[in-house]
Amino acid sequence: MSNILALPIVLPSLMAAVMVLAMRHDLVLQRIFGIASVTVVLAISIYILIRAASGEVMVYELGAWPAPFGIVLAIDRLAALMLLLTSVVALLVLVYASAGDDTRGRHFHALFQFQLMGLNGAFLTGDIFNLFVFFEVLLIASYGLMLHGVGPRRLRAGTHYVVVNLVGSTLFLFAVAFIYGVTGTLNMADLAVKVADVPAGDQAILQLGALLLLVVFGVKAALVPLHFWLPATYSSTSPPVAALFAIMTKVGAYAIIRVYISIFGGGAGDAAWVAGPWLLPAALVTLVLGMVGVLAARSLRWMICFSVIGSMGTLFTAIGIFDPIATAAGLYYLLHSTLIAAALFLLVDQIALRRGQTDDRLELAPVPAQGDLLAGFFFIGAIAFCGLPPLSGFIGKLFILDAVQFNPHWPWIWALILLTSLLAIIGFARAGSLVFWKGRTVAVEDPVDEEAEPAFKAAPARPVPLAVVALFLLGTALLTAFAAPIGRYVDATAAQLHDPVDYIEAVLGVATLAPTEEVEE
Amino acid sequence: MELLISTGVGVLVAAGVYLVLRARTFPVIVGLALLSYAVNLLIFSMGRLVVDRPPILSLHLDAYTDPLPQALVLTAIVISFGMTALIVVIILRSFLETGSDHVDGDEEGRLTETGERSGR
Repeated sequence: MSNILALPIVLPSLMAAVMVLAMRHDLVLQRIFGIASVTVVLAISIYILIRAASGEVMVYELGAWPAPFGIVLAIDRLAALMLLLTSVVALLVLVYASAGDDTRGRHFHALFQFQLMGLNGAFLTGDIFNLFVFFEVLLIASYGLMLHGVGPRRLRAGTHYVVVNLVGSTLFLFAVAFIYGVTGTLNMADLAVKVADVPAGDQAILQLGALLLLVVFGVKAALVPLHFWLPATYSSTSPPVAALFAIMTKVGAYAIIRVYISIFGGGAGDAAWVAGPWLLPAALVTLVLGMVGVLAARSLRWMICFSVIGSMGTLFTAIGIFDPIATAAGLYYLLHSTLIAAALFLLVDQIALRRGQTDDRLELAPVPAQGDLLAGFFFIGAIAFCGLPPLSGFIGKLFILDAVQFNPHWPWIWALILLTSLLAIIGFARAGSLVFWKGRTVAVEDPVDEEAEPAFKAAPARPVPLAVVALFLLGTALLTAFAAPIGRYVDATAAQLHDPVDYIEAVLGVATLAPTEEVEE
Repeated sequence: MELLISTGVGVLVAAGVYLVLRARTFPVIVGLALLSYAVNLLIFSMGRLVVDRPPILSLHLDAYTDPLPQALVLTAIVISFGMTALIVVIILRSFLETGSDHVDGDEEGRLTETGERSGR
């Protein structure tokens, strides 16, 4: 029965291989199998989440090698939550892509499944080197997806993305080598036990390894000053891929939470809270830079990219406090910011499709077709993102503001979060009024647009993409409506992370517990 | 031997970082390769430098060397080999499409400006 825990990794990888081998010429078949595979993974992740919600830490030993000698998959509340979030985003994005974006290049669906395998693997694994391997899997798939339907501009941004991430991977290996060199283990639970016993003479190497890892995860999570790759990459790739990449930055956030709270947390002896002095300042700078970028953007995609950076800043501000209440607030904000980023990327694509040659640039152009509906979506999305009541952005920021009030730096954090929210509101209001209101003053008989008319008039006929955007927005509404139960879940998650005794016992104690369990069954 | 290995790793990293920061794509590829060699050596040495011992535990032997770093290095080599192949293809494609081997695709490197302006 516990084999089901490996399915979120195994199923997409098998599906991808089958797609490449057996159905590479049949796009319809690929769509059906792709969506079916993601739906199954979604069902499994709901099942896993329900089990994890009870506080149980599920452990799956690959090849039945007991930890710490073999590699384990360890699923606690956090991993289950991330798995479910990934599945939801992936399913919606895949439906959106199946409405036409997957025809621009070959093997979109196979790459998508590999990407999913890498993401799920990164969330489920309980071993740092295995985390590196899954990072590579998801990166290789993301290189393919990023360049899907190539053009010179995408290739140029893609080259930067690949080189930055390859350097990041190399640093990851350096960090892993240093940590292994002084602790002799790479299993996360085992590390959480052993880092406390590292002698003072080896502390420098251990902390060097730990901080190198912070750089690696910071690259993934677009933490300033390691964010330069993000706007160019996300704005030049195809929109469904950008929406899926909304979860990629969260992989970095997940890894930082896992490593710096559960391993280098309170129980780590001399290396306790090793990321503490670095994360909060970097997060605040990220926050400001992202929101200023929103204000300065000259195109909608560029604006959404910077809003992703800004929301990562907010998220890391909460995580960087390193206390359970703030971590819980950060996790709630993580759910919100993933859904809203994906929704905005897809929505902006729909707007750009209907603006002809003006595309997504913030310039005067006639109001796009179905302008009222799109304006409504944009309004809801902007409210949710900026953190205005009543949507989940407001609740998320409220949780964070509430959680930091006992931190000595709270005036700074409050001031920056509130000020940057204002910047975001101005940025989004300016963009929305330019596209949907001022556009009304422009006559439709713009000569440039008439040439492009047939191309973009044909697009609005399909309701599926808009329905997907609506579902993402509904997701943030659900986050708002069920804020109390979700809040309880993330509180329990944060408690589990800050006191990883259950996690360690579940992973390391399995070797002795397993036989008795079988007898009971 | 410790001095030799650590100097080797240091020189490789220094050369790799220098080359990765070059403006042409070919030195960048070579630099990435050098960095991956450096990290492979480092991982290998993290199992401690032991000469003439098998990487396996056996009742007939009284000493062995740590086998795990060797397995890690093997994985790292395979991955970095694959990545090198991938980046060569991407950069070659980029060169063929843009007609320039500059990392920004053209001599002025106007990624942000044109990047923001042109469509997809």
